[in-house]
Amino acid sequence: MDVRYINPFVKSIKNLFQTMLSTNVAFGRPFIPSPDDDWRTDVSGVIGFSGDASGAVVLVFSMDTATKLASQFAGTTMDSDHPDFSDAIGELANMVAGGAKPEFEGLDISISLPSVIIGKNHELSNSRVHPGLVIPCDTTLGSFRVHVSMKIEKLATVGASS
Amino acid sequence: MKILLVDDSRTIRNIQKNILAKLEHKEIDEAADGVEALVKLDEFSPDLILLDWNMPNMDGYTFLQTIRKNGVKTPVIMCTTEAEKTRVVQAIQAGANNYVVKPFSTETMAEKIEQTMKKVAAGA
Ligand SMILES: [Mg+2]
Repeated sequence: MDVRYINPFVKSIKNLFQTMLSTNVAFGRPFIPSPDDDWRTDVSGVIGFSGDASGAVVLVFSMDTATKLASQFAGTTMDSDHPDFSDAIGELANMVAGGAKPEFEGLDISISLPSVIIGKNHELSNSRVHPGLVIPCDTTLGSFRVHVSMKIEKLATVGASS
Repeated sequence: MKILLVDDSRTIRNIQKNILAKLEHKEIDEAADGVEALVKLDEFSPDLILLDWNMPNMDGYTFLQTIRKNGVKTPVIMCTTEAEKTRVVQAIQAGANNYVVKPFSTETMAEKIEQTMKKVAAGA
């Protein structure tokens, strides 16, 4: 996957966290996941892409970080039993995907409705079809990862506006 | 002023409600998709609709097209992650009065609501 596809997501995550969580995000160096990595995680928020691009963006959190971020976003305390917890995580994923989309200029990309997986230590298998990249994100409320796997189905000028 | 919030995310609707409460708007009703919004449009008769785009059952764009085709003139502010210029143009052509891109700040939401109601009052 082209590293340039990462920038739109970094911009989008930064903007989302500043605007709706009043939190800055420090980004680590994006890396290619290895099969030897530990893929166990507690909370995953997934948005799929279709149209001129295919793939997915997945927000991956520990339970502790996920509840803290969801609480900050919703403006109310949310533990994992809160009826809107998965909704909040799904909407965060939705905004990360939606915010990155316009950076892929000239492409008509559709995003799916969010899917959220909650379960202590569930395993996230990385797509074999479009090997992705992982963006490490760090905030005062905890660290999380954003997996981006994207394949452009049409020639485009990515990041022309950045 | 009666405001109908249409979004499949209850978290977003709650955030919008908190912002509207600060702006002294207390007559609020909610719908989680376009189908539910059509029912609420009849039952609640809102003066303003905040409308998400991506929702199950019936998306916001289809809802907007449907109500405008039926002659409903209620002001609509799209409030969505869909941020491409092409999408904004598409929504405005379908009859949206204003557009808020998610993620939004309290200030932006307040400003767009005021702007929309002024435009509507001026008959624009
Ligand atoms: Mg939605």
